[in-house]
Amino acid sequence: MSFVLGAIFAPGFFTSEPVHIALAIGAVAAIVTGTVGVFTVARGQSFAGEAFGDIGTTGGSGAFLIGVGPLWGFVIGNLLAAGAMEAIGIQRARGRDLATGVVLGASIGLAALFLYLATTEQSTTGATVTILFGSVFTIASSTIPLVLALSAVVLGLMFTLYRPLLLATVSPEMAAARGIPVRLVGALYLVALALGAALAAITIGSLLGTALLVGPAASALRLTKRPLLAMATAAGIGIAAMWLGVVLAYDSYEWPPVGHGWPVSFFVVTIVFIGYLASGLPGRRRGGRDQTPAAATPAPRLPAGD
Amino acid sequence: MTSAPAESSPPVLDVRDVDVRLSGRTILDRVSFSIGAGEFTGLIGSNGAGKTTLFRVILGLQPTNAGDVLVEGRPRTKRGQPIGFVPQKFLLDPDLPLRARDLVGLGLDAQRLGAPRPSRARHALVDEMLEAVDARRFADTRVGRLSGGEQQRILIAHALIARPRLLLLDEPLANLDLRSAHEVVELLARITREQDIAVLISAHEINPLLGVMDRVVYLAEGRAATGTTDEVVRADVLSNLYGHHVDVLNVHGRVLIVAGAGEDTDLAGHEVAFPTSEIKRESAP
Repeated sequence: MSFVLGAIFAPGFFTSEPVHIALAIGAVAAIVTGTVGVFTVARGQSFAGEAFGDIGTTGGSGAFLIGVGPLWGFVIGNLLAAGAMEAIGIQRARGRDLATGVVLGASIGLAALFLYLATTEQSTTGATVTILFGSVFTIASSTIPLVLALSAVVLGLMFTLYRPLLLATVSPEMAAARGIPVRLVGALYLVALALGAALAAITIGSLLGTALLVGPAASALRLTKRPLLAMATAAGIGIAAMWLGVVLAYDSYEWPPVGHGWPVSFFVVTIVFIGYLASGLPGRRRGGRDQTPAAATPAPRLPAGD
Repeated sequence: MTSAPAESSPPVLDVRDVDVRLSGRTILDRVSFSIGAGEFTGLIGSNGAGKTTLFRVILGLQPTNAGDVLVEGRPRTKRGQPIGFVPQKFLLDPDLPLRARDLVGLGLDAQRLGAPRPSRARHALVDEMLEAVDARRFADTRVGRLSGGEQQRILIAHALIARPRLLLLDEPLANLDLRSAHEVVELLARITREQDIAVLISAHEINPLLGVMDRVVYLAEGRAATGTTDEVVRADVLSNLYGHHVDVLNVHGRVLIVAGAGEDTDLAGHEVAFPTSEIKRESAP
């Protein structure tokens, strides 16, 4: 038994503080992104999530340049982006694609400048890699309170909005007919999405953040037909991917090139992707329409944390 | 059919001289009608006649240029007035993680904040509503994977579970096959009587509703004619409404409303309110 454990967890894994922080922040970020992501997928707003990744890059690199923690940059950049999206109406399925494309292009251009300046100033490419692809092992423990506070805000928002948001997702007309302020609910959800994307960015990078936001949620939608269960399943898949990614990244210090660990983000995104492929298997065998005898369908196997 | 006390109480829905103009175009022109409890009313008109706009006015989502809408005698301004609404056919995403019973449950309290607390009473209420629309057998299926007729039943249950006095349905029969349409109409007629509510159902074809309608509100050119089917679906009334000659043909208990008929070679180019597809429907169940 201990041999097997030893083969999986490299020496020092359980005593390393960066590992503790990575596991904790990874789990929190996965819970938040899973909760938010189910609605991102159900509302068809994956593109908005991706846009937050692009704009978050600008915020994160700007923050790096002026010497502030990147999470602040992600948060402020994404909140500004949410405001802009609300203003130009990107959240509608047939939003103003052209305007959005132009804004995103300009934003990435700005990020290129910031990252270039950061690189020349400090003669290191660390900033670029950290912002774009994340580095969950290098997160300062002082960031944890902010991560927890943001997570509490997002989860609180999602819990508060749950029913109106769910009906507005099913049908904006039905929600409006009940007196639900559909536009306000959508705008508040966009705030939750912006903050969720920021948390995803801090763990696996602004470019890959969408994977954590959308991947586990898309798998969960295939595995369960109940909204709260879908959120829990997405969170569970996300946690499994994050933790497995951390373990493998830690192990990879002994893989070639020896002494240089592979990026956690690579493992996380790969596991999320494999999870998504695997979640399609039961559905394919079962055929299109899932029938009432739900007991006959295999229980979801992936979730580890719900 | 209307019970005696309804005489003294105000009608459930009272639409008075409603005008709606959108960007210079008159959509609704002094539309007036009322519906009492237990009355099944059809809102008939071709596409673009203003049916959806009228629903939005009744729901308080569309400002009017003139006129009033009273629901149980009170102006329709405040939130929370008891109106059930089934919107025009829309596509429910088949991957939506939502069972039919979840959507019905949302009808109880979707406007409240927070997640619903599961309770035995809530479950029983949802079950009872599912039973009422004959939907128990697919209660646990993903709502987006149900057939069109099944989805309509669930949407009706969603609209009715909070016990509204008024139920609005926007084209619930569109895209349904004849058998499902017939079943949905029968279900609605039964619920109207059993729950003593006022039902307003829009349709671009009158025939599926002929046997069950207590009243008809016929919309054309932004204006409305209202009364019983016999009072409204007549050549003189409809000609007046359309502003040009219209014939009403009775064919085996079904009606065909034809513009410019009489000169039968002249059909093309004239407005035909009910397309010729009606003619092929003789094998109705």
